Amino acid sequence: MAELRYTKDHEWVRMDGDTATVGISDHAQNALGDVVFVDLPEIGREVSAGEAVAVVESVKAASDVYAPVSGRIVEVNSALAEDPGLINREPTGEGWFFRIEPRDPAEIETLMDEAAYAAFLESQA
Amino acid sequence: MAESPHDTGTAPLRETPLAALHRELGARMVPFAGYAMPVQYPTGIVAEHQHCRTAAALFDVSHMGQAELIGTGAAEALERLTPADVQGLKPGRQRYGLLTNEEGGIEDDFMVANLGDRLFLVVNASRKQDDFDRIAAALPPGLRLARREDRALLALQGPQALDVLSTLAPDVAKLPFMGIAEMTIAGVPAIVSRSGYTGEDGVEISVPDERAEEFARDLLRLPGVAPAGLGARDSLRLEAGLCLYGNDIDATTSPVEAALTWTIGKRRRMAWDFPGAERVRQELADGPKRRRVGIRPEGRQPARAHTPIHVPGGGAQIGEITSGGFGPTLNGPMAMGYVAPAHAEDGTALELMVRGKALPARVVPLPFVPHRYAR
Repeated sequence: MAELRYTKDHEWVRMDGDTATVGISDHAQNALGDVVFVDLPEIGREVSAGEAVAVVESVKAASDVYAPVSGRIVEVNSALAEDPGLINREPTGEGWFFRIEPRDPAEIETLMDEAAYAAFLESQA
Repeated sequence: MAESPHDTGTAPLRETPLAALHRELGARMVPFAGYAMPVQYPTGIVAEHQHCRTAAALFDVSHMGQAELIGTGAAEALERLTPADVQGLKPGRQRYGLLTNEEGGIEDDFMVANLGDRLFLVVNASRKQDDFDRIAAALPPGLRLARREDRALLALQGPQALDVLSTLAPDVAKLPFMGIAEMTIAGVPAIVSRSGYTGEDGVEISVPDERAEEFARDLLRLPGVAPAGLGARDSLRLEAGLCLYGNDIDATTSPVEAALTWTIGKRRRMAWDFPGAERVRQELADGPKRRRVGIRPEGRQPARAHTPIHVPGGGAQIGEITSGGFGPTLNGPMAMGYVAPAHAEDGTALELMVRGKALPARVVPLPFVPHRYAR
């Protein structure tokens, strides 16, 4: 399995073949608390890196989820509608949000790797 | 991912006497009304909420303002600032009331109790400075408002709260709903009232600051008691249909608009001798411009505070959500808000504009989850 890359907004992204799978980090799900609803983007939507494309709602608040890279939304995780708790239980696995066909796959390489993200979290603590 | 902003004050945050205990318990602390307060513990808001509905939850509400009004004629003096019947409050009884302004707006909601030789007041943290200044300024000679900044306030709430607390102080079980008494619990002098903000049976306990931490530890050692933070407190009170000052009521909303007319004493409604009586009287006669109602969005998506409320089918805006979230016991989204009176009937269809999309919803009776107060 390809490695995860992270944004400063706490999304993770992983290349699976031609598409990039996107979710929120374990740190993010922990900060949010119990997720009760997700608003996912339309399939086919063209998005730019940093654009708010999904919303995750916990008991306490609503938070935007941003596209980590530019491209086209090709799939969303429909299992989240029935079981949004997947985001808390398996944030980097079954709790993924959507898949993007990146305009430029190399863009992912500019994001933080696991170690850099850990250091980033440390600096924010 | 980015979270909606919390209230961002620049002044240093105050702490309650339980701050060290909260940190030891692994609480996530957030700024609230100028205090660093626990929003949740490691178990999380949903678990804490459910625990309060099934067992007993301990909340630190020491940020709230406590004061004693001492001297002959205290009740009469306080009635100059509230439409509540304070003079009719018998010793050992507590009552919920509103502080109103001359324009008929709500300056705060509060609890007032008759402790026999004095009145005991509990007001909101965000309003305590203002409230107590206004009350003190309105007092005739011979009366004194003693702010009790030296006391903590703990709420033990839930169906098992009274049972477990009785093991430390058998007398608490004798308190009726909205009863209050001074008693010693686990060696600590306390003022205990059978009331709360969750819709469950329970008590609020005022204790001296210096004894608060040991007292809280004693309560947490009781079987079935677990700590709960402000997050659960908010979801519990919203399920119970209870107002949050600053969200659901404020200096512009009237008691009639807020559906809190029941807090106005019968005698007060004959005399019309409270601040804002003119507006209340006119709104009772002609109807208010808006009414606070319960709202259930269809599906699972919550609609938060400030969400615009429209007539279905892309119609005109007729109101706004003032509190909204997800009810763990309700197992669905819930909200309160103000709508034009023509749209306030139970069952009325509404549309909530959430991030530019219309979310269908209905007016429903409050509370969302039935109260289970002591009888």
